[in-house]
Amino acid sequence: MRAARLSVLTFTAVAALTAVTGCTEKGSSGDSDRVIDVTATDSKCEVSKKAFPAGHVELAIENKGSKVTEVYVLFPDDRIVTERENIGPGTKQKVTAEVKAGDYTIACKPGMKGDGIRQEVKATGGTVAKRDPRLDSAVAAYRKYAQAQADATLPLAKTFAAAVKSGDLEAAKKAYAPSRIGWERTEPVAESFGDIDPKVDVRADGLEGGQKWTGWHRLEKSLWQDKKITAEDKTLADQLITDLTDWQNRVGKADITPTSMANGAKELLDEVATGKVTGEEERYSHTDLVDFKANVEGAEKSYELLKPVAEENDAALVTELDKQFAALNTLLDKYRADKTSYDFTSYDKVGDADRKQLSDGVNALAEPLSKLAAAVVTKSS
Amino acid sequence: MTDAATDPAPSRRALIGWGGAGLALGAAAAGGAVAMTRTGDDIEPAAASAGAAVEFHGTHQAGIATPVQDRLHFAAFDVTTEDRAEFVQMLKDWTAAARRMTAGKAVGEGAYGGLAEAPPDDTGEALGLKPSRLTLTIGFGPSLFEKFDLADQRPDALVDLPRFAGDNLDKNRSGGDLCVQACADDPQVAVHAIRNLARIGFGKVVIRWSQLGFGKTSSTTPDAQTPRNLMGFKDGTRNIAGTETDRLKKFVWVDSAQDAKDAPWMNGGSYLVARRIRMHIETWDRTSLQEQEDVFGRDKGEGAPVGKAKERDKPFLPAMKPDAHVRLAHPDSNGGATILRRGYSFTDGTDGLGRLDAGLFFLAYQKDVREGFIRIQRHLATDALNEYIQHVGSAVFAVPPGVRDKDDWWGSTLFSKEA
Repeated sequence: MRAARLSVLTFTAVAALTAVTGCTEKGSSGDSDRVIDVTATDSKCEVSKKAFPAGHVELAIENKGSKVTEVYVLFPDDRIVTERENIGPGTKQKVTAEVKAGDYTIACKPGMKGDGIRQEVKATGGTVAKRDPRLDSAVAAYRKYAQAQADATLPLAKTFAAAVKSGDLEAAKKAYAPSRIGWERTEPVAESFGDIDPKVDVRADGLEGGQKWTGWHRLEKSLWQDKKITAEDKTLADQLITDLTDWQNRVGKADITPTSMANGAKELLDEVATGKVTGEEERYSHTDLVDFKANVEGAEKSYELLKPVAEENDAALVTELDKQFAALNTLLDKYRADKTSYDFTSYDKVGDADRKQLSDGVNALAEPLSKLAAAVVTKSS
Repeated sequence: MTDAATDPAPSRRALIGWGGAGLALGAAAAGGAVAMTRTGDDIEPAAASAGAAVEFHGTHQAGIATPVQDRLHFAAFDVTTEDRAEFVQMLKDWTAAARRMTAGKAVGEGAYGGLAEAPPDDTGEALGLKPSRLTLTIGFGPSLFEKFDLADQRPDALVDLPRFAGDNLDKNRSGGDLCVQACADDPQVAVHAIRNLARIGFGKVVIRWSQLGFGKTSSTTPDAQTPRNLMGFKDGTRNIAGTETDRLKKFVWVDSAQDAKDAPWMNGGSYLVARRIRMHIETWDRTSLQEQEDVFGRDKGEGAPVGKAKERDKPFLPAMKPDAHVRLAHPDSNGGATILRRGYSFTDGTDGLGRLDAGLFFLAYQKDVREGFIRIQRHLATDALNEYIQHVGSAVFAVPPGVRDKDDWWGSTLFSKEA
């Protein structure tokens, strides 16, 4: 039984991998089969063919609309195969990609906003990697969620940065924790950009030799421990916005799979277990419970999206997870005035016994959550 | 004591066990006039099979009269679930895991070879190690009976321990709704067992406190080498032996016909007192040899009682100082009160003042705590040893009878509705 599952898994993993890298031989550039004409307008996205051979594909795009547009080739889970931005009205662009056999979406986004106008296309030939379409839509929805979190974070981070730059200590303190919520909710995705995480979310003890300390926690120390805002802090505030903008621009391209969503949910709880429950994360501001809540919310989002598939494979696990999420959320609610507020009790006011209770709640949730990936991949057969 | 006649196979714990002298601590008071009747033959099977598996099933739980292993990992848990069925299921899951681990097998589907995306069922650190005579023994604390409508099942003998003179108890090292005692010859095997049970228990129970132990300080097998405690004295000279069926019956195993009319589910069980006893190691080490020997009432080298030549000579109590530990703890000074000990030394690093945080993790089994530990410990109020020790943790548990067979589970007699 175990062995059978294993072989299915191996297949899925390999199929997913090849779809990502898409390393097929290059077709001849003069092969008209492999050229797709895309005509974009403000309300349409017409493609010259909806089926084409797998391999090297070229999109010949013409923007006949009045708005600047962008065109994407997307996997079924909305991950980007290739894209071209800033296609002005009346201009033509060419985009190429290597694609494996399978289903894809071509999307035009007039005004470079929203989900775009979409066309389903198919690359034919070779083996087709099939995944439960519900898992594809779960990944797509999670990708949207991650993007939305980044989009919502930027204005909050800018409010924080502005307060720092104006030298307003109290306003900066107030804006600090809210500016981190979106990041904390999507931390496993955010961390997949290995170059951004060390710039924005590193703690003093996480610095490597020679690394300059930047980001939220550096400013946290200035605000709460040093109790003053220096000229350098103001520069760091600008840097934080630059780095977060980089994250916002790239978050949609993160490599997300159903299993990475499931394990990402568990990793969020691990973050809580190792950093928040101990009070190490926000050692100066003691806003750990805000991060804690955001981590749990992020985990819950992943879980909710995967739940329909998980329920089929392991109904008992879903029952347990529902119960433990509810229990932990109820416990967290004890530390805020009302259920919509992110104004949580300062963690230095939370006693040892209460911290243990929180830790026990995290363990009670994280242990079954570690089984979610298995419940999801089993079905991807 | 296991009934050899009814057991499918004679287990090692059926062969040995040595009990004795009920003593809180220290170089063993003698178990009265009981003669040592065992022969060398009794020891050999255990010695020859060090590392082998101890039978998990039996009339009594393993880990009580079983020959004391070298290492201990003891954990006390609190129950967090309010769902009786869920808790009972956990006890069944624990039993299944304990059955496998004591046989030297991995939990569930093992530590490797499963789904790559999921954490393995077993944590894996005991892979390749022998069963190491692992025993797992479960106990239920008084506080458990306040849950799941169990109040009327609480045995009279499971009393809350009174406060004893000199107690300095840390609530974070005391109490617990249930406990698991893991004993093994390999510390990794004992730690692995507790870790996996804790993992299975997440969401239902949480670890309240735990203790690692090494260097058994009491033996249930009276071999030539009586172990020494951290004070350097031989400990457990006359503990109850596993072969002493009569004394086990008299002092350790609950017989529902006589002892537990209020709680027939305890038939074949016992009661456990666990005490974390800190030793003031540094001051002890600065104490003269004469005083050390006076405190215990035995000599340090041989372990012979005052005025006698050999360790196993019958102590003549009046020859000892009135506050000598052995004299006060001896059954003859306590109306015959006798307990079975399987304590371990512990060292948990240093205490922040540069002192060794070390001592004795005392474990005593008896059929009635009131007649056993409480009676003796009260009598030890004037013990000269108290200057050098302090009780800092405390717990008491009802240890149910053994898991009878592969369909039985820990606590089945208590949770009889589900049995």
